[in-house]
This record gives sequence, C-alpha cells and structure tokens, in this order.
Amino acid sequence: MINEAKIKIENLNLFIGNNHILKDINVKIPEKKLTVILGPSGCGKTTLLKSLNRLTDLYPEIKIQGKIFNGDEDILHPKTEITELRKKMGLLAQTPYPLPMNIYDNITYGLRISGRRKKRFLNKRVEYYLRQVSLWDEVKDRLKDPASALSIGQQQRLCLARGLSVDPDILLADEPTSALDPISSREIEELFVKLKQRYTIVMVTHILRQAKRVADYVIFMYLGEIIEHGPAEQIFEHPKNALTKSYIQGTYS
Amino acid sequence: MNRQLLKKSEELFYRVLMIISTAIIIIALLAIIISILVKGLPSLSWSMITQIPKGGYYFGKEGGILNAIIGSLYLSGGATLLALGVSLPLALYMNVHKLKQKNVVNIIRFFLDLLWGVPSIVYGAFGFTLMVLLGLRTSLLAGILTVTLFIIPIMVRSMDEVLKTVPRGLLESAFSLGSTRSETAFRVMLRQCIPGIITAILLAFGRAIGDAAAVLFTAGYTDYIPTSLSQPTATLPLSVFFQLSSPIPEVQNRAYASAVVLTVIVLIISIASRGFSIKYQKNRIK
Repeated sequence: MINEAKIKIENLNLFIGNNHILKDINVKIPEKKLTVILGPSGCGKTTLLKSLNRLTDLYPEIKIQGKIFNGDEDILHPKTEITELRKKMGLLAQTPYPLPMNIYDNITYGLRISGRRKKRFLNKRVEYYLRQVSLWDEVKDRLKDPASALSIGQQQRLCLARGLSVDPDILLADEPTSALDPISSREIEELFVKLKQRYTIVMVTHILRQAKRVADYVIFMYLGEIIEHGPAEQIFEHPKNALTKSYIQGTYS
Repeated sequence: MNRQLLKKSEELFYRVLMIISTAIIIIALLAIIISILVKGLPSLSWSMITQIPKGGYYFGKEGGILNAIIGSLYLSGGATLLALGVSLPLALYMNVHKLKQKNVVNIIRFFLDLLWGVPSIVYGAFGFTLMVLLGLRTSLLAGILTVTLFIIPIMVRSMDEVLKTVPRGLLESAFSLGSTRSETAFRVMLRQCIPGIITAILLAFGRAIGDAAAVLFTAGYTDYIPTSLSQPTATLPLSVFFQLSSPIPEVQNRAYASAVVLTVIVLIISIASRGFSIKYQKNRIK
C-alpha cells in the first residue's frame, strides 16, 4: 500500500541550453517510503533529483518549466524561501563532500546557521546524529580532527549525519554508494532502510540490485522521460513497458 | 627514418628544451640573488637598517635607510589591508553570489585583467591627478590609495582563480544544508581556500612593496619616518633608485644593500605565509 504523496511533480520540463533533458515529468513521490529513481546513466535522474531542492539554480544554462510541490509548497516558485526549503531536504551526493572543517563542526554547521549555539545542545546533537549513522564509536575520540581525514565511507556517513542534523523530512540521495567500497555501500543501504520509516527518501541509482534491495517505489527513467513508475514489487515482478522489462531482466544494453 | 627513432628524438628534443628552460629560470634567480648579495652585503651594517639618513648620507656619510624600510612597510601594509577589504568580498561575490550570471562575472574578469595589465607608472600618474583633484599632497595616504588601486586587480584575480577550483559538489553540499549565499561564501568557501587566499594576499603585497613607479609622485620621498598619513614617506624601491643614481661608488653599493633588505622582507613574509597556509591546509577538502 502506498502512503500519501509527499512530493508532486507536474509537467516538469528542463533544458540545458538547447538540450531537452527532462521531458514532461509527472509523478508523485510517496511519503515515508524509499523511492528509487532507476535508469541508465545520462537519462536525467540526477537532474531530476537536483531540481527537487533547486540546486539547478546554480547552473546558468538550466531552464526549468512546470511545477514541483512539497506538500502544498510550490518549490519552483521564485518567491519560495529557498534556504528553508533546502533545510527540509538532506542531500547525499555521489562523492561525499564534507565541509572544510572538523568532524564536530560538520555536524553542527547546519544548526549554527539556524542560530543554535548552546554548547551542551550541540554536543548532544553531534552524538545523536553520529549514532544515527553508526559513526559515533569510530570517531568519538577525534571529533576535532578534520573531516577530510576520514575514510571515504566514513565521510559519506558523516555527510548523511550532517544532512539529518538540520531535521529534514526528505532525504535526497544521488547514487550515494557509487564511490564506495562494497562494505561501506552496504552500510549506507542499511541506514537507508532504517531511516525510511521516518523520512521520505528519494534515491537515484543505476544499480538494479541495489534498487531491488531497498526500494518501496520505483520510477524508471530513460532518455529524460519517465517510462514507468509504481510500487517496487509491481515494477520488478510485472513491468508493463517493454523497456522496463528489458532493463530489469538485464537484457538492456 | 623509422617511426621509433623519430618518436625518440622528439622525446629527447622536448626534454632538452624543458631542462634548458628550467635552468634559465634557476640561473636567473641565483644570479640576481648572488649579485645583490655580493655587492650589497659588504655595505650592509646594523646602523644602516636602524638609522635614518643623516646629513650627507647620499654623499657617503653616516646614516641608514630605516625611513625607507618603515615607509615601505607602512605603505604596502596599508595598501594590502585596504585592497583585501575590497578584493575578498568581490572575489567571493563573483564565485558564489553570481554563479548563475556567468556573463557578468566574465565581464568583471575581463576588466580586472585589463587593469592588471596597466603599467604602474600609469597608476602613479592617475594617482597624482586624483591627488590634485582631492587637494591631497604627496603623502603616505596618497601613496597607499594609489598602490591599493594598483594591487586590487592582482589580488581579486588571484583569489578568483583559487575560488574557481572549489568543487561544485562542495558548494551544493553547503547550499543543501540551507546556507545562504553569504554563509556559503564566508563559512565554507573561505575556509576551503584559505591557503590560496593567503598566497594571493602575499602576491599583492610583494607587488606593492616592490613597485617604485606608483609611489614616485604620490608618496614622495623624505629622510624622516612618517608620523601621520598626511606626511610624505620614503620607500625602499625609490631608496634603491636614488642611491644607485649617485656617482659615488659607496652609495651605489648601499643601493645593493637596500635591495638585499627589500628581498629579505619579501622572503620573510613569503615564508611566514607559507607556514600559515599549511596550518589551515588540514581542513581542506580535496
């Protein structure tokens, strides 16, 4: 059974220069479920994800039309308070980018820019979020070390904790395991499965097996279009579209 | 000729070319340093760097160049601080706030590059016109203002080149946490780029302290250490110039000694800032 829609995308079209990257995207993303955007590389998955928290604003070549709603809030409306909107969405990128500061400050950064300064409060939050991503025991004795000194898998978990620290209700993940070794990947996946009870998670991946392991809801994209979307078991067991079928059976080349 | 041989000789040709170029640079640097040391060191004495010129100094009598040392430090220190106040915000603005308006940024870059190319004597002449307009006399203040204008393009563009290299993913991370543009600029970009920014400041300081033409009409020259912004001031490059144009060999040698002082100042600041940037390097994200 699928919960109520959290994010609604209506007639979304996106152009980079003269290239039509996203074509007539219409889809609803269910609340407190893990939605996977699946598809081969270069089909616009990442671009779709980045338009959800308007990171597309940072690219001069991008033109965007259509509507995206987070609840009732019109995300793409120019008057929408963009910083507030982004705080509601944690982002996990392909390669982890910790902030250029120590581990402790990485977690407290989001809180500090929201005006939370009390030392005791911050200390508690740091421990809480690092425990959430099972990083606390690994780093509790070196919180003042630069984040860049962590292994890449640890960095990715740190980035997840940092994303959680601003108390979002949506998590966006752009191929979050593609730079990681198999063990770190598994850790991230397990965290996502744990977190999806409390957060609406949208994850981009081109790894079919990963999608099968974690997804509740699947959006299959190909060349900028949504080919098919629906609950995971329906897409994986009984895909309607021939293209989806071939991708899922692995005969796509 | 067979292909293998051709490739090998091509390889050899470029290797020799590179070795020669490297050698030219190193030899030129060594030649400069050695020549000023050989000519300057014998005349360099403690009194020379602790005293101001006494009567007849420029004819080979007692005194030193403390007036020029202090004057140069005041002038380039002041100009570097002022220029920093303009350059850092501008460089950050170009790379964070104006991300979306590439055209605007490219126009700013174009003008800065033009300004970088303007010879310093032109800045000196412009500074002089400005002084007349504002009713200023040759003074430390006028010198500082002129040199500030002269080093701003250097500082902004050097910082700009450093800020440009910040990975897009780091910016996206900062924005995703709900940072405003200014928070991203000052809390994330600045920290990431501290080593490069220090280098940019140093580069500008080096140009400021080493330039004679921009201060010739604006800061003037005096045998005394300035005690206020409205007094004229001596500078090391001009001190080198005046002593070198003397017909007396002793005074000429003192010019080289002054050049040694100038070089040592730049060297000390260079080493100090290097240490400083290594200290802040540790948080940098690769």
